[in-house]
Amino acid sequence: MTPSSDFATLYQELILDHAGAGEGRGETTGFQPQSHQVNPTCGDEITLGVRLIGDRIDEVRWHGHGCAISQASASLLTGLVAGSSIAEARELLARFREVMRSRGTLELDEATFGDAVALNGVSRYVARVKCAMLAWVALEDALDHAPDA
Amino acid sequence: MPSEIETVALSEADVAAIRADFPILAERVNGHRLVYLDSAATAQKPEAVLDAEREFLIRRHAAVHRGAHTLAAEATEEFEDARAAVADFIGARADETVWTTNATAAINLIAYSLSNASSSAEFGRLALGPGDEIVTTEREHHANLIPWQQLAQRTGATLRHLPVDDDGALLLDELDGVVGERTRVLAFAHVSNVTGTLAPVSELVARARAVGALVVLDACQAVPQLPFDVRALDVDFAVFSGHKLYGPGGIGVLYGRRELLEAMPPFLTGGSMITTVTMERAEFLPPPQRFEAGTQPVSQVVGLAAAVRYLRGIGMDRVAGHGRGLGERMASGLAEIPGVRVIGNGERVGLVAFDLRGVHAHDVGQFLDDRGIAVRVGHHCAQPLHRRLGLTASVRASAAVHTTDCEVDAFLAAVADAAEFFERMR
Ligand SMILES: Cc1ncc(COP(=O)(O)O)c(C=O)c1O
Repeated sequence: MTPSSDFATLYQELILDHAGAGEGRGETTGFQPQSHQVNPTCGDEITLGVRLIGDRIDEVRWHGHGCAISQASASLLTGLVAGSSIAEARELLARFREVMRSRGTLELDEATFGDAVALNGVSRYVARVKCAMLAWVALEDALDHAPDA
Repeated sequence: MPSEIETVALSEADVAAIRADFPILAERVNGHRLVYLDSAATAQKPEAVLDAEREFLIRRHAAVHRGAHTLAAEATEEFEDARAAVADFIGARADETVWTTNATAAINLIAYSLSNASSSAEFGRLALGPGDEIVTTEREHHANLIPWQQLAQRTGATLRHLPVDDDGALLLDELDGVVGERTRVLAFAHVSNVTGTLAPVSELVARARAVGALVVLDACQAVPQLPFDVRALDVDFAVFSGHKLYGPGGIGVLYGRRELLEAMPPFLTGGSMITTVTMERAEFLPPPQRFEAGTQPVSQVVGLAAAVRYLRGIGMDRVAGHGRGLGERMASGLAEIPGVRVIGNGERVGLVAFDLRGVHAHDVGQFLDDRGIAVRVGHHCAQPLHRRLGLTASVRASAAVHTTDCEVDAFLAAVADAAEFFERMR
């Protein structure tokens, strides 16, 4: 029995690869600001730290445990926001949230989001949106605690 | 030679007939016939329950124990008949059977009543305070843990717990050390909602009796799956939720030994639980009304009585045999899938939780859902147990009277396929 096309989109290879490889996964000591987020329905958690140079995100590191969607999302976020300003990261975040909550009616555009468009399939699965959002919520919270925020 | 299970289990024809009673089983999910393996979270409702509620609401609905018009009198009679039916189903007396919203509300009722007793002259016999101990176990549902944590905080009593082993079984060797002269309450689940295995109820009750502690039995997963008798179990309190027993939501049961209920102060106060009220004070009704403040959920009570009649019609020995057979089929089938760790072993009901190494429970659950198979993923409101087992989440499949061997096999095949699909992540 082959999976449905929605399922195949949700768990496309890029997602599984990112979930496995986990770009940015590692110790966050020394990364400030930091945020720890928990998804209360499943107990999944992430600690995400940002290294800022001025108002630019130099590097993101995270560790935690969660499903393939949450791990892939953290991995894709890491590559995406590195080098962007706090303001740009916030814009990405707002758009990402809007698309994830759209119940399949909006899509991330490739020019802005690159490989992270692989997460487009999540928005059809209302129960999984929180998984995809976990790292992003941690990033948002961390940035809220940035020195000049 | 037929095994014990076969002699009391349901035949294929029986199950086919039962399935026709559950309209939801005709639903299709993601292009597949629904395979509902989440009955431990909440059970689906047979037509008999839906009809009983609807019939009542259409023809006889009224507030009970208030007013004197014909409908009110009839509704009150039906409400009390339902209490007698549910009480009889669990081997209790009607005046020992209190309606609550669900099991969570029932446990909170006990816990708050005990803390109210701790600040009351009239009900001081059940008072708790510093030096007293409340004991629960490491494998409880949060509903049977947090109310005790809070009670301990309010009263200054100490909360202790009976630990579990690597399989999630209660460590009986530790029982005498944990439950002792200071223990006032011992609260535990009859059947774990994670392992699906039975607690050694008689050993635990015997120890509680020896030290004079009250026994609170969380029977949420037991009452739908096993013949259940509060007298045979010799517990002081037992709680369960109607919605897991094929009944409506919003109705649960607290059983309490009569003399204990009589010695307990109310938790919620207000209308319907009093005799004489002045501006300064009130006299309380005896149990069960003392614990049933406010307008009661009558149609839910009527629905729950219908659920109990429905199960009686099948026979709880056969329900239990069916569940046990399905539980074994699921557990042994899962154990053969490479990478699967079945949580818990020993006598189980139709409920099994497992971990697929390297793959998150959510991902397994999504794979199953894609085939219309509904299972529970997460910590199942039992974080301490999962932590003890080295897990954050697991996948739980729980069967019902309407579950077939075929459905279990479809579930097992889907788990095997999920293991293969997510291979690269492991
Ligand atoms: C063992 C156990 N105890 C308590 C509960 C709480 O039941 P409810 O949420 O219906 O109050 C549940 C189910 O959620 C359970 O499985």
